[in-house]
Amino acid sequence: MKIAVCMKRVPATDTKVKPGAGRPWIDSTGVEYVLNPYDEFAIEEALRLKEARGGAGEVVVVCVGSADAQKELRTALAMGADRAILLEDAQAELRDAQEIAGALAAAVKELGSELVLLGKTGVDRDQSQTGQRVATRLGWGCAIECAKIAIDGSAIRAEREIEGGREVLELSLPAVLSCEKGLNEPRYAGLKGIMAAKKKPLETKAPQYAAAQGEVLSFEMPPERSGGRIVGSGVDAVAELVRLLQQEAKVL
Amino acid sequence: MSAILVYVETKDDQPKKASLEALGAASRLGGEVVALLYGRHAQAAAAKLALSGAAKALAVEDAQRAHFSPEAVVAALAAAAAKLSPRAIFFAATSQGRDLAPRLAEKLGCAQASDCTELRNGGDGKVEARRPVMAGKAYTWMRAKNATLVATLRPNVFAEAKSGGAPAVESMAAPAADLKSIVKEIVASASGVLDVSEAPVVVSGGRGLKEASNWKVLEDLAAAFGGRAALGASRAVVDAGWRPHAEQVGQTGKTVAPQLYFAVGISGAIQHLAGMRTAKTIVAINKDAEAPIFKVADYGIVGDALEIVPALTAAIKKAIG
Ligand SMILES: Cc1cc2nc3c(=O)[nH]c(=O)nc-3n(C[C@H](O)[C@H](O)[C@H](O)COP(=O)(O)OP(=O)(O)OC[C@H]3O[C@@H](n4cnc5c(N)ncnc54)[C@H](O)[C@@H]3O)c2cc1C
Repeated sequence: MKIAVCMKRVPATDTKVKPGAGRPWIDSTGVEYVLNPYDEFAIEEALRLKEARGGAGEVVVVCVGSADAQKELRTALAMGADRAILLEDAQAELRDAQEIAGALAAAVKELGSELVLLGKTGVDRDQSQTGQRVATRLGWGCAIECAKIAIDGSAIRAEREIEGGREVLELSLPAVLSCEKGLNEPRYAGLKGIMAAKKKPLETKAPQYAAAQGEVLSFEMPPERSGGRIVGSGVDAVAELVRLLQQEAKVL
Repeated sequence: MSAILVYVETKDDQPKKASLEALGAASRLGGEVVALLYGRHAQAAAAKLALSGAAKALAVEDAQRAHFSPEAVVAALAAAAAKLSPRAIFFAATSQGRDLAPRLAEKLGCAQASDCTELRNGGDGKVEARRPVMAGKAYTWMRAKNATLVATLRPNVFAEAKSGGAPAVESMAAPAADLKSIVKEIVASASGVLDVSEAPVVVSGGRGLKEASNWKVLEDLAAAFGGRAALGASRAVVDAGWRPHAEQVGQTGKTVAPQLYFAVGISGAIQHLAGMRTAKTIVAINKDAEAPIFKVADYGIVGDALEIVPALTAAIKKAIG
């Protein structure tokens, strides 16, 4: 099975956000970028699926990103992916989900893979759209936020957490599956993997974007929470807290 | 002004609260609001939309299909959109909405704003949406260049309409659809209680509670709200196996926006704040007066959670009566 894993380069989750100059996005000066945490689950799952089939098939990581995203692609190769495709665009960070999905769907089609794995969301724009859009574009089945994936022949059984329970979804290949934390425990790339990754193929192409209708009007910082009132300490403060919740915040 | 189409989720024959909030948000923007309901009880649920803000309800009853399929609902929504040419299509940002909205947006060639926390009419009558990015550390306003914006709305942020009459209910035939994904089963969690992402009150615990058995004090506090509260957890205690991942609040857990959020024995790491900073009122209980959670909390008590929480539970029980 040829598995495509779509992955993204994103700012680390502890990034201090500052508005960028002249663009409605963050100022990326000095920001540390990493492989999107949810994509790690997708890469791990792809590697496990391949291993469970005696190593048959191929895991190809695909990323729409700037030239710097080679670093994250090498991380994926060091984990064990076979080869990487960078759909290079210096402005990748500013692209809409619709554009990205178009570029990824085109790349997947060209690859001829029948399974796409990716993270449930990118922790930068927090959109949770890419997997569903890629599947719709390709006319494939889709399961999102997978916490468990079982593939038998071409039959797929995917589980996800929903409000107040767990949903079991059945679909078949070809398909797009987005991955949730808890699906697996992503492996660390060891020294051997890192050395091997240097020799693995990383191909650069131009993304074939779909037209995008989204328009970002502005980027703003949230108002500081005025909060920060310590009511008191110990059990003695409880009565005053309840009074404030009742009379000031009016939430009781 | 063209209509706003709202997908209304149902549980049995009840419209879901988060969907009623989406109807409320749509009605405040103005113009006709059309609800679409899908499923075996669509008709009965549509009859419960009085005072929701919807002028019309399309009930798609689908007796042949035993199981829910996202493709079937998307096909019905696409058919309704083709007739209405709506200026926006709203979903609640729930597990269903997160799944359906991007599929529909892609099918219709539309942009989507995910997990919106504010909406407004632009000068040209287009719907503009404010949504958090970078885990709530910043926001963007966005809109569509073409006629229709698809948006999912964060639960507990928008008020229900609670005014207007009952919508005219029309039944709509389920359009043919190529069903690729079928929901075979929904296993309700043992507790059957309110999900943390939907509850108006959330009682969350962290490593400061010391051990899993101490959750009894948080359960008691939640119980004092009589079914309106759900339990939440920090990642540290989920990773320790004290609590299930379903309860985790934060960047790699759930995003919650309750009326009242209790952070008990939680330090307030940036990834935890990502999931709860839009709560209306935040109460922190922590023995360390310097804990970062106090910077975002509206009210804080410094001290031992195991002593303070039982006293708080008793006082709240008395206050609520
Ligand atoms: C990529 C990534 C994603 C993450 N995602 C999440 C996420 O989704 N959600 C999340 O929560 N975290 C997340 N984290 C982890 C986060 O950084 C913190 O490690 C975590 O939130 C800490 O949990 P805690 O507050 O329970 O524990 P701690 O940080 O250990 O804090 C315990 C607190 O309890 C207080 N305390 C101790 N004893 C008592 C007592 N007797 N009474 C009262 N207070 C007491 C202490 O003063 C302290 O403030 C993520 C981290 C990364 C790197």
